[in-house]
Amino acid sequence: MKVELNVNNARASVEVEPRTTLVDCLRDNLGLTGTHTGCEHGICGACTVLLEGEPVRACLMLAVQADGYAITTIEAVAPAPGELSIVQDAFCETHGLQCGFCTPGMVLTAEALLRRIPDPTRADIVSAISANICRCTGYGQIVEAIALAAKRLAGSNLPRQVVPGEPA
Amino acid sequence: MKPAPFDYVRPASIDEACAALAVEESVVIAGGQTLIPILAMRLARPARLVDIARIPGLAGIREEGDAVVIGATTRQVEAERSAVIAARVPLLARALPFVGHAPTRNRGTLGGSVANADPAAEIPLVLVTLGGVVVVHDGRTTQEIAAQEFVLGPMMTALATGALVVGLRFPVWPDRRIGVGFHEVSTRASDFAFAAAAAQIALDASGRCTKCTIGIGAATPRPVRRDALATKLIGSTLDDTDIRAGVADAVAELEIMVDSHASPDYRRRAAKALAVRALTDARDAARGVPV
Ligand code: FES
Ligand code: FES
Repeated sequence: MKVELNVNNARASVEVEPRTTLVDCLRDNLGLTGTHTGCEHGICGACTVLLEGEPVRACLMLAVQADGYAITTIEAVAPAPGELSIVQDAFCETHGLQCGFCTPGMVLTAEALLRRIPDPTRADIVSAISANICRCTGYGQIVEAIALAAKRLAGSNLPRQVVPGEPA
Repeated sequence: MKPAPFDYVRPASIDEACAALAVEESVVIAGGQTLIPILAMRLARPARLVDIARIPGLAGIREEGDAVVIGATTRQVEAERSAVIAARVPLLARALPFVGHAPTRNRGTLGGSVANADPAAEIPLVLVTLGGVVVVHDGRTTQEIAAQEFVLGPMMTALATGALVVGLRFPVWPDRRIGVGFHEVSTRASDFAFAAAAAQIALDASGRCTKCTIGIGAATPRPVRRDALATKLIGSTLDDTDIRAGVADAVAELEIMVDSHASPDYRRRAAKALAVRALTDARDAARGVPV
């Protein structure tokens, strides 16, 4: 089936079988391999992407269901090649990642949280990432990273990070 | 973990969807948060999926007389953030944060949760507890089925082939002093519950209980209401001793589910403790005590 997708603010026309999940389509058809696949049945959160700015599991969605939605993947988070977003930078600084497998999902989840709740409590952060499994960090540094990013975003006079596909 | 091949159709109307569903081996997909894992694990191999998510008029939350009607394809996140639900169906508002986790609530629908009838699901439990109704369309007529008669057992409902859940009707209590409580226990937040309890009560000006409903789920093969307990509590001031004694009797006759996750004995004890907590929270909220 032919599907018209809007990924990271670019139109993409793909030819997929109906059974192709969004995450397989992103990785195999569009070469966007920053979105990871772990469990492929909705448990781990490695495949998290933003759909209209909200985190969803790309393994729990078929590519054929995704037309017409603004999809954001980890590839769109950095402001420019070689640079990091404030959230990504905070993950580096606090050792919020080790192997990096869960990181794209964690970063996107954090980006979405901080846009909805700019000044999150620890409980907000824990609840937001509770759907994402990390087998390395023990989560402590990830929580720290998101808290640090919130502080930096509040203090920065840059316009808030604009998620592609959303009106600025 | 790849689904077996299937066809995919996206009907434009409820009638078209019913016609599509009448064809053998067709299943509905709305949010897909339960169906897609089932397909990925090849626990089911339907010949085609009928995607109802974009049918106009199937999503939305509206007040209708003494009820709030939620369209079948309304996303759980929308209900969770809805001011109408918070004000008019507070028991549902209380339970929604327990449904899956945020990313699955962003896609999962209310109708899907009820049609799927997982014993651990919170939304059917709330609907049964409140005495709500499932609105079903079969391509010719629209029918209203009491939630209690709709959910028959684990993953079993009264939905006929070719019929579609189009909405859920949640009764609204007009009483001034109402309170709700919802509790569940699971291995980790967002996982399937072993036991769950939902309660809603109303008090009169003197603090006496005028209305009460209590439901138990997850421990049982389907959500059940404990009407005898509710009747016993109405007229009381819902003191701790009233609640404890009543709940003990009410869980004693429950049919408890058996599986490898938790023993029946544990589930029964958990159901009892959670029912006491749900009723106590509801009472305290109605009394104006912060819960
Ligand atoms: S790969 Fe999607 S949740 Fe694990
Ligand atoms: S950093 Fe390795 S899984 Fe999270």
